Amino acid sequence: MSMNDNLFVIILASAIFYGTPLVFAALGELLAERSGVINLGVEGMMLLGAVCAAMVASNVDGPAALVLPLALLAAMIAAAFGALIHAFLVITLRVNQIISGLALTIFAGAAGLSSYLANIWELGRNPAMNQFGRMDLFGLKGVPVLGPILFDQTLLTYLSWALVAAALVYLFRTRMGMHLRSVGESPQTADSVGISVVRYRYWHVIVGGMLAGIAGACYSLTIVPTWANGLTSGAGWIALALVIFGFWRPDLTLVGAYLFGALSSLSFTLQARGIDVPSALLNALPYVATIVVLVLVSNSRISRRLGSPAALGKPYEREER
Amino acid sequence: MSITTRIGIRLEPRVDNPRWMTWAVPIGSFFAALLVGAVVLVITSQNPISVYQRILERGFLDSGSLSGTFISATPLLFTGLCAAVAFRVGFFNIGGEGQFYVGAVFASGIALALGADAQSWIAVGAMVVAGSIGGALWAFIPGILRARFRTNEIITSLMLNYVAGIGATYLIFESDSFWRELSGSGAVFPKGKIIPLTAQWPSYEIGTLVVPFGLLLGAVVAIWLHVLQRRTRFGYEMRVVGGAPSTARYAGMRPSRVIVVVAMLSGAFAGLGGAADVGNFRHVLDPKGLQQSGFGYAGIVVAALARLNPLAVVFVAIILGGITNAGYALQGPDFPAGLVGTLQGLILFCTLGGEVLVRYRIVNTRRTNRAAVAA
Repeated sequence: MSMNDNLFVIILASAIFYGTPLVFAALGELLAERSGVINLGVEGMMLLGAVCAAMVASNVDGPAALVLPLALLAAMIAAAFGALIHAFLVITLRVNQIISGLALTIFAGAAGLSSYLANIWELGRNPAMNQFGRMDLFGLKGVPVLGPILFDQTLLTYLSWALVAAALVYLFRTRMGMHLRSVGESPQTADSVGISVVRYRYWHVIVGGMLAGIAGACYSLTIVPTWANGLTSGAGWIALALVIFGFWRPDLTLVGAYLFGALSSLSFTLQARGIDVPSALLNALPYVATIVVLVLVSNSRISRRLGSPAALGKPYEREER
Repeated sequence: MSITTRIGIRLEPRVDNPRWMTWAVPIGSFFAALLVGAVVLVITSQNPISVYQRILERGFLDSGSLSGTFISATPLLFTGLCAAVAFRVGFFNIGGEGQFYVGAVFASGIALALGADAQSWIAVGAMVVAGSIGGALWAFIPGILRARFRTNEIITSLMLNYVAGIGATYLIFESDSFWRELSGSGAVFPKGKIIPLTAQWPSYEIGTLVVPFGLLLGAVVAIWLHVLQRRTRFGYEMRVVGGAPSTARYAGMRPSRVIVVVAMLSGAFAGLGGAADVGNFRHVLDPKGLQQSGFGYAGIVVAALARLNPLAVVFVAIILGGITNAGYALQGPDFPAGLVGTLQGLILFCTLGGEVLVRYRIVNTRRTNRAAVAA
């Protein structure tokens, strides 16, 4: 048996595979929350992205190299549209962010628009015609241990690494990133030095939506290629928790996403190995773990130091001068 | 230049609060949502007029349709009360869905345990109590975590929905549990045991109308909650904690105790809904059916449209129950699944937008600017 068939290697490789949508979704939510806006519509936006990606991937004729980017684009636009509704309600109309986000998930979610569209487009019959396959990056797939973990993933995973790196630079090394953080911490101060709070919030909520759309496409184009209503099964909510575990930092959020990727893949991995653990227990594991980690984080000293953006969830009302 | 100024509107807090708005705005929001829904239908090449006409017929007007609507309205009434009581104190319990499942598990369990020999009123009463306890226990988890560790209850209560769904599925599909029918066709196709006839909840015929016991019970609970909120010391504490937690602490109240009690109360309502669903309608623990109907999430829409008022929840539950009922009756190629959820989401969006009209005056900044220039 080669070293790359080791259970440990397989678990790590599938942790990254199943964690990839969580990286996108959590990164998107992180950007929105850094600007001071909570968006509980992640699950809904993901499903909207997933259904549009599946629609394009199954119905547009052409080479995969053309159809797949188009499918991603469709996912991003659809989810960004959902994000825009939320942005208008909470930024312009100053509606309660929590209820507006819930409305978005109910509207677009498993029993809403995403399943309506899937029904109309008849997506449930066949798997998506074009899917993202695994890519042997730099021909390094065969390298012991690291090969299958790092170099045998889909293009989406490589894209997510690039985006996490870009987000780190953006947040902590650029002027715009600094402005963004100030908008999330103290919008009054940001406004007083001429930063447009409204514009920053709108754009980051919308970009957050686009990333949630890609996260949804990860499901319909790689993980669950045959459409099923609610195929993200709560990943959008786990992504929300991941932002909190990651203390609003892209790098820590990535680590958390892979931890949960490992937990959600455990039932397939162990069953494929013939290890007998009740599947209900394994299926419930990611959800129970989310609660446990959330309790640990909310009670820890670090979270008091590295807490949420100070203005998170609060609408900004500009005083008339 | 900000987007608000570009559109040319500004929101000014209202000083007065016209009374007519408290009912006119939700009604207006409801119709606005139908209008937006019509746009969605047209874009997806459906005929909105015929879709709405069929909803109206199958939900309310056809003979017997209102009785079906009452059956769909019953769970919505309970989950609506679940969200309404919790949201009012700022405890965002999104776990009505899971608390509903646990209530159904507990209620069907006690009905099966009592067996066919129990007197009907004892069996029904036991289901009511067991369902409430099940829901309350499930909601206790996010409640105590929020009170003790300040853990975000939205995410914990939501995660518990999935855990409850997996648990109920385990009882019927993955184990030889007490709830599962193991003889007859149940040996081949996994399904739950049917509760004894004595435990099935009564319905009352009023003319041609059939009113399930669960709906009446829900209405009584709604009135009780209204009195609790308006006329008791605990209701007063709930209002203070919801409005200003720090004030509550100064006044010697214990906000975390209030939060835990309200969480359990809220869960008990949802659990009671699960019991009513088993007692009046399904008569069996049906994990797939429970998870497909999504009554817990729809309860949030009910509560928001009712502006968290328990008495209004009763009426809103019947209206939305009609749409849900029509959705079941019409499901097919001309009435795709998912349309009901889409409409519910739109209703919630429009209600939120409408709330802005209650709280703020919308001022046209362009006109005021021009007026200022003219002066």
